[in-house]
Amino acid sequence: MSQGDLLHVVTADDISAGRQRFGRAIVWGSALILAAVAIAQTSQWTGNTDLGFQTWRPTLYAYILWAVCLCWSQVLIRGEHGKRTLFVLPAALFVISLTVFPLLFGLIIAFSNWNLSSPLGRQFNGLDNVRQMWGDPFYWNALGNMVWYCLAILVEYAIAFGLALLLNAEIRARKFFRVAFLLPLMLSPVAVSWMIGKSMLELRFGPIARFARWLGWDNPSFFGSPEIAKFTIMLLDAWTFIPFMMIMILAGLQAIPKELMEAARVDGAGPWKSFWEVTFPLMLPVSVTAILIRIIFKLKLADVVINLTAGGPGGATDTVTSFIFREYRDRSNVGYGTLLAMVYLVIIIVVMTILMKLAERFARPRT
Amino acid sequence: MSERIFRDGEHDLSFRARRFAGKTLIYTLLILWTVVCLFPIYWTITTSFKIAPNVMKGALIPWVDYMPAWLGWRSLGLSPDTIGAESTVRDEFLKRFFNSGIAALSSSAIAVVLGSLAAYGLSRFSYRFTFMKNADISFFFLSQLILPPVVLALPFLVLYRELALLDTRIGLVLLYTLTVLPIVIWIMRDQFESIPTELEEAALVDGLSIWGAFFQIILPIALPGMMAAFILSLVLTWNEYFFAALLTSTHANTLPVMVASQTGSQGINWWAMAALSFSAILPLIVIGVVLERYLIKGMTAGAIK
Repeated sequence: MSQGDLLHVVTADDISAGRQRFGRAIVWGSALILAAVAIAQTSQWTGNTDLGFQTWRPTLYAYILWAVCLCWSQVLIRGEHGKRTLFVLPAALFVISLTVFPLLFGLIIAFSNWNLSSPLGRQFNGLDNVRQMWGDPFYWNALGNMVWYCLAILVEYAIAFGLALLLNAEIRARKFFRVAFLLPLMLSPVAVSWMIGKSMLELRFGPIARFARWLGWDNPSFFGSPEIAKFTIMLLDAWTFIPFMMIMILAGLQAIPKELMEAARVDGAGPWKSFWEVTFPLMLPVSVTAILIRIIFKLKLADVVINLTAGGPGGATDTVTSFIFREYRDRSNVGYGTLLAMVYLVIIIVVMTILMKLAERFARPRT
Repeated sequence: MSERIFRDGEHDLSFRARRFAGKTLIYTLLILWTVVCLFPIYWTITTSFKIAPNVMKGALIPWVDYMPAWLGWRSLGLSPDTIGAESTVRDEFLKRFFNSGIAALSSSAIAVVLGSLAAYGLSRFSYRFTFMKNADISFFFLSQLILPPVVLALPFLVLYRELALLDTRIGLVLLYTLTVLPIVIWIMRDQFESIPTELEEAALVDGLSIWGAFFQIILPIALPGMMAAFILSLVLTWNEYFFAALLTSTHANTLPVMVASQTGSQGINWWAMAALSFSAILPLIVIGVVLERYLIKGMTAGAIK
């Protein structure tokens, strides 16, 4: 990011005092309306008065009104500068209201016992959820599984690199192969979990099971033992997401100047050597970006697990997301699930920060 | 037979042989992986035209191993003989299909609009919001990418219940927009930074306002990038399952939820499931084949510097 505006203000602003007053008035006016509606609703919620509100919608509408007035007033008060603020302000307001508020709200929920189906409502229970989490072997197991799933990314990366090299070779029908290789990424994981997981891996007549039997695996059971089940989930997820890394690496390969490879060849490097000493080091920054983004996506892995194994056998395939999903589905306990999610978020932030720092150091071109 | 004067030496011939072997290896691997990628799709299409005995036999090739039948598509109400008739299954399917379509299209559109504006602002002007400068604001937007959906899911569930937004399309659209917004900003920032500022400077000098310059000069140039961001968002939102499963029940169900709810039941109708799965993935296969260029552009934005 550069310092200062890249574009300077060239229009002269002469904003009348009345316009500025009007701008301030609508912001504060709408804020007052918002506060009034919110207070009225809160007082009904706490049981002091009955104003006939069914839902919290009026507060939502008042909030939207306030947000619109805030954007409008920027232009009224600050003229040209306000118009520039207007580029970022809507997106910022949108993200803040949809993440920061729910996150703060989530913090409150996380420390309470709240069963949505029970009439008792929310009850603050201090650190009980933390204590429960500490003693919950399934949660730690799910976290451990996430480590395994993330380690599988290294293998995915190797395959993706190989495919990208193939696509980058002098081949005919490159476009056809590229489209074909890209297609798995387009498919919905839920559909994939049926297409492959339920149908092709079906024990009696799934084509893959038949193939496995033909290879000599007598009783191919892809979700029977914990290790194999985990491996199958990894395979399915890899099948969907390898194209993603492949495309990024391919773009990196195509950005390498041809002269470099030629120079390496002239200097007598064979294909093996020129890969390890020219291509691979040049690809490091792209590889690191691809792996980091892939980790971010992997941490969200859930739909395949939810639909295929529901975490079984014995929690061997559970991801954190699928575990919390079932925790909510089975017990509709919002409080405990939220606490687990919050802890997960903290772990992710810490790990990703460390990884990003490491990656920065690792991928920096060595001179 | 005259002796050829210029001929390949021993060494050259071996080189050619090695080259040929290398080519063969490359094409073998390429075709192998193509099969890995395409066979599940092929299997799904063919299964949707099978009847029970064909499935049991594991028949592979239509007209050779088995005669195609419309069984799977009839159960969806989409076969030639049922397409004219009333069908509750088809209505249900179409409702889900349109829910998915509306949720994906509108959330992608909103995300592209909001995200492009924000990315443009961040690439051109310097902002200051209390302690946050441009780099911090960008980081704030992009950091949403790490936020796993599960963290937001339960608070949203409770909030939506209070706001009567559970099981509505608006609720889904809002959340989907939020999930793809960082990706759009990532792609678009890369786009705008590659457009020289002289263009707007000229436009400003010629008397356009900053928004006028944005809409008339910059937008047409950045359109391919916006298309890329839109397509990528479309793929992600169309396939989204987690939020949809949690926040919708009867009215706003999307297609993935419908597919998932069918797999749970015992005694799966293979042909019906295959038809359903295939119609769930078909729109994206079409997009993938036709708009592959944009997808690749979207995925590689920001990765190559």
